[in-house]
Amino acid sequence: MNTATRELTYAEAIREGFAVALERDPRVLLMGLGVPDPKGFFGTTLDLQKQFGADRVMDMPCAEAGMSGVMLGAALNGLRPVINHQRLDFALLAMDPMCTQAAKWSYMFGGAMKMPVVFRMIIGRGWGQGPQHSQCLHSWFAHIPGLKVVMPATPHDAKGLLIAAIEDDNPVVFIEHRWLHHIKGPVPAGHYTTPIGPARIARAGGDVTIVAFSYMVLEALEAAEKLAREGIEAEVIDVRSLRPLETPLLLESLRKTGRLVVADTGHSTAGMAAEILALASESAFDSLKAAPRRVCFPECPTPTGPSLAAAYYPRSGHLVAAVRASLGLPADPADLAVPAGIELDKPNPAFTGPF
Amino acid sequence: MIPVNAPADLEASLLESMVRIRKIEEAIAAHYPEQKMRCPVHLSIGQEAASAGVCAALRPDDLAMSGHRSHAHYLGKGGDLNAMIAEIYGKETGCCRGRGGSMHLVDLAAGFVGAVPIVGSTIPIATGLAFADRLLKRDRVTVAFLGEAATEEGVFHESVNFASLHKLPIVFVCENNLYSVYSPMSVRQPAHREVWQLAAGHGVTAHCGDGNDPVAVYELARAAVAQARSGQGPVFLELKTYRWLEHCGAGFDNHIGYRTEAEYRSWRERDPIATFERRLQAAGTFDAARFARFTARVDVEIARAFAGADRDPFPAAATLMDHVYAAA
Repeated sequence: MNTATRELTYAEAIREGFAVALERDPRVLLMGLGVPDPKGFFGTTLDLQKQFGADRVMDMPCAEAGMSGVMLGAALNGLRPVINHQRLDFALLAMDPMCTQAAKWSYMFGGAMKMPVVFRMIIGRGWGQGPQHSQCLHSWFAHIPGLKVVMPATPHDAKGLLIAAIEDDNPVVFIEHRWLHHIKGPVPAGHYTTPIGPARIARAGGDVTIVAFSYMVLEALEAAEKLAREGIEAEVIDVRSLRPLETPLLLESLRKTGRLVVADTGHSTAGMAAEILALASESAFDSLKAAPRRVCFPECPTPTGPSLAAAYYPRSGHLVAAVRASLGLPADPADLAVPAGIELDKPNPAFTGPF
Repeated sequence: MIPVNAPADLEASLLESMVRIRKIEEAIAAHYPEQKMRCPVHLSIGQEAASAGVCAALRPDDLAMSGHRSHAHYLGKGGDLNAMIAEIYGKETGCCRGRGGSMHLVDLAAGFVGAVPIVGSTIPIATGLAFADRLLKRDRVTVAFLGEAATEEGVFHESVNFASLHKLPIVFVCENNLYSVYSPMSVRQPAHREVWQLAAGHGVTAHCGDGNDPVAVYELARAAVAQARSGQGPVFLELKTYRWLEHCGAGFDNHIGYRTEAEYRSWRERDPIATFERRLQAAGTFDAARFARFTARVDVEIARAFAGADRDPFPAAATLMDHVYAAA
């Protein structure tokens, strides 16, 4: 099989990333509620315990804070653990070990210690995930010096960034979007890393820059296709790494297009999109031809029922509308229309719940 | 640095370890009003026996972690005195290069892996040290020093449960000094349940002892460390003791009314050092000449540490961003 064109789903790519890391380094350890479960954590850890043993691929007590702390101690003492949370919302129980401990230990002990640990968490969406299974709080982690935060959008980057995160000597928050798990894409076999930091041009264009990360990259690419049919060429930048946020690619694009729309998977207030808008204002002000815009979640918790999903989650149409506004074009109500037959609380027709 | 692991002169070593810690803490208290130690300090005066007794039962390569009141534990484990005092002075020569202060002591060479002031936060981390040692088949033991208030934190229970589940080589040493800052046990824990019973409830061997008696502590710790090292699972020790000074700072605070003078005086009468010294004298095993030589040596050591810390350079502003991330 030609590995260059081999395609895996995002979930398969994560699983392969784990397998490569476990195979290469005996210090790597996976822990999390349900990591060895029969469904394999959405397929991302399937059969890894059989392959690598119960000492290295472990279930755990239902104790997110305590077990995160235990993994920090393990990281200080010679292991390279990954703690897995099926939802980001559960990881919030471990804010002290992640943000007050792991993020600080290198600095506050004057460089005496390293904390090579990965906090992996999944953002839920749709099928009634609701207020407490779908929070997108990447900006909380991106706010903390000492943490690194990555949100890969493609199977290739999911595997590459996962391996890079495990091999990093710092605490890395690795955030997946549940709606990416079934996405297919080319994934090289074996070991490779995607560097933590640099962004990626997901689509080149000269009229407007759409900055996105994680699942919103897919919506941004769809928006770019719609815009291209009208002769508007959008450049889509996949940020991938929220901290460190490397700016050259982004600023270069802005200098070219002068127009910016940021697509966030979170709330707007004090969010990651706000950070990117601030960056544009501070570092590319002279290049801007229009006020930069952001497309974010509304300022309310996620509703559970399907009827409200259409009003809650921004889609490619919202990005198209924002681009029109940025270009001074009249609004087109068709942008926000929901196509017939599309259920907005499901990532694709194959998905039938429950989570 | 005083090695304290020779059974032959165990009693003398325990006394010396306690006296050294007391003298260092008293020196901090004496210098504190100079405003050169610009960080909170939580002094261990009155609680020295726990550190002395437990650390005497450890091997040099065993590990320890602690919380906000960590000076005694750092020193008992063999942490470098000069680096500790320099750290409290905020100097580049401090054990954290002036980034941590009194509440963040570390000396990896001595097996003191760190202390943090968020109550309970080092308990799971210490458990993780023991977890890694077990997985990597090392025969080290980790001691997690904690106060009784830390047993009210969720992570305490999560950690003890996990340590019990996996029979980890860890000893939880809980110094029960009766107060969390100014809040007495009566507003925090039910009177009909002892602290050690919490650990027993998690299926862990648990004992309660006199935290002001260094020999009693040593005997409990020796058995606990032996059990933990042999793979028979963790042990929890509750050591009853009392903090003499205010929770944070170098002064006395009985006048503000959160504890009675009578209670304080009753614990002062149980001074772990004076009581033990009298006991050795009564038994005829107190070597006055050796003790005099020791205290003279320690006085010099302490004077040098403070003079050095005062003299040493502060970290340069250009180093502000150092160590935010570990070097690749």
